[in-house]
Amino acid sequence: MPSQLVEQYFRADNLPQIWCPGCGHGIITRAIAAAIEQLDLDPNKVCVVSGIGCSSRAPGYLDFNTLHTTHGRALAFATGIKLANPDLKVIVIMGDGDSTAIGGNHFIHACRRNIDITTIIFNNNIYGMTGGQYSPTTPKFDKGTTAPYGNIDKAFDVCDLAGAAGATYVGRATSYHANMVTTLVKNGIMNEGFSLIEAISGCPTYYGRKNKKGGPVDMMKWQKDFAVNVTAAARMTPEQLEGKFLIGEFKNKPEPEYTKEYQRIIDSLKGSDV
Amino acid sequence: MSKKVRLMQGNEACVEGAIAAGMMFYSGYPITPSTEIAEISAERLPRIGGKFIQMEDEIAGIAAAIGASLTGVKTMTATSGPGFSLKQENIGYAAIAEIPIVIVDVQRGGPSTGQPTSPAQGDMMQAKWGTHGDHPVIALCPSSVKETFDLTIKSFNLAEKYRMPVLLMMDEVVGHMREKIEIPDSSEIEIINRKKPTCSAEEYLPFKPEANLVPLMADFGTGYRYHVTGLVHDETGFPSNSTQVADDLIRRLMDKVEVNKADIISWEEENTEDADILIFAYGCVARAAKTAIKMLREKGIKVGLFRPITVWPFPEERLIELSKQVKVIIAPEMNLGQMVLEVERLCNKHTKIERLNKVNGEIIYPEEIIAKIQEVL
Repeated sequence: MPSQLVEQYFRADNLPQIWCPGCGHGIITRAIAAAIEQLDLDPNKVCVVSGIGCSSRAPGYLDFNTLHTTHGRALAFATGIKLANPDLKVIVIMGDGDSTAIGGNHFIHACRRNIDITTIIFNNNIYGMTGGQYSPTTPKFDKGTTAPYGNIDKAFDVCDLAGAAGATYVGRATSYHANMVTTLVKNGIMNEGFSLIEAISGCPTYYGRKNKKGGPVDMMKWQKDFAVNVTAAARMTPEQLEGKFLIGEFKNKPEPEYTKEYQRIIDSLKGSDV
Repeated sequence: MSKKVRLMQGNEACVEGAIAAGMMFYSGYPITPSTEIAEISAERLPRIGGKFIQMEDEIAGIAAAIGASLTGVKTMTATSGPGFSLKQENIGYAAIAEIPIVIVDVQRGGPSTGQPTSPAQGDMMQAKWGTHGDHPVIALCPSSVKETFDLTIKSFNLAEKYRMPVLLMMDEVVGHMREKIEIPDSSEIEIINRKKPTCSAEEYLPFKPEANLVPLMADFGTGYRYHVTGLVHDETGFPSNSTQVADDLIRRLMDKVEVNKADIISWEEENTEDADILIFAYGCVARAAKTAIKMLREKGIKVGLFRPITVWPFPEERLIELSKQVKVIIAPEMNLGQMVLEVERLCNKHTKIERLNKVNGEIIYPEEIIAKIQEVL
């Protein structure tokens, strides 16, 4: 029997989902649905948009207005939806390669524009759908099928990138910290502007196997043991933080929102058409 | 209401036509020689409660327009060669996801950066084959400012009627030249809007075709919660791995245009009744052809014009008929022979076909067409 949350917000007929056993994506998708439930959003007014990749299959399982677009372009499609109909709550789901490689340009400009879209990046540090190639978030020297001798690219910090580009709400959690994903997504949706939540997800099939990270349980344990909340980190020494990564709310600085600004222009021109 | 007579540029007429057709959203990226379409849209749309957005690149320009269309508004994006290349993937997306949108290509010299401020007709085959996979194509080609106005409206009407991307293939000459145009009263303009479902949300099958092969389209946000994907999908909209579903979908998408050809296709003929020489020309080249015909007719030479207005689908039947009547077809084009391939494919059994091509960034002059005709006579 599906849970009440699944019954209400998922297209239960389309389950089970296609993700591999041990993948974190299902947990994160559920955490997003929980945020929508807790905010009591009208499902008819929620629009979930994705690009291409493992993460991008999530909207197909969610019972909202859902759009599975082309690789990297989810934010550009979503920008059109939000600007054309600002009444819609627009949520974008992207993967790490999807958002920061092929979709990198759209990502930084959506941040800069501060359009009211809540974006969740399912970061599993690898291209899963195509079989384990290194992505812009694969840690340096880790392996992928296209980095058989180790990846020599420096990895992006997705949250730093979003904050620097102008996103007004930024946070990170993991599939282990699913409740925190829900909290951050809720805050992101409530932020009137562009919000970016990075959700670290384990890919035991490719990233884990290629890099000897153990099975799904080991990878989840890594999330638990190596994540440090940003508030706790403030009281820790650099030595204590060595090898750790931060989770929590990194930025919450509201600024004027794009569609509202555009509406101000429309209002100021009322009655002026010739 | 009295008719408005205005002196207008082709690019401006495109925006006026789009607004007359009901465009309420434009997203694009600046590129010569189409930029005025963006500039005028930016100025006009917010005044009528519409939206304009300059996106970060050409790909985003079409993507945002497709997204906006899903909320129920009529949307357009405009570009030129390099941008047309970049938009190809999402043109295919709009084709398979059946999302109405108008894409304008004001053609300039290519390939690559080519000749940004010079006219060309080098994208005619790209319009047909540019995006991957089998997909339906409707492409219209205006040759005057007034016709740009009319065909922009027609592009929106066809996009809405058949739920697909429609390409308006302008060229730099048509985009930038100024002509007097009479803007018809809105009551005289036929406007077609996409058909929306009236059934309950539970009964709605977003990709189940009606009798004309086109499915009803619900706006996002109106209670019909459905899924849209660029993957092969069944009538529910969800992806399918069924070979039967794939075959049915791709054939139906193609048939939307094939079966409704009679409704879509249009062309112009001039002096064809007694012609034994036929000029095949479109876009700005058709203007030079008309002048050449006038000059040659004065000398008693029986020349006529066949001008496809829908270049895709191609007006095959009428051209084949005419090819049986004439001794030669002259095909001047501002490329090295693109639409002439269709003419040759259809007509070489019936008549001789002569090419006249120019890719130096200049227009084709009437004298050049006349010289070619005198050469082959």
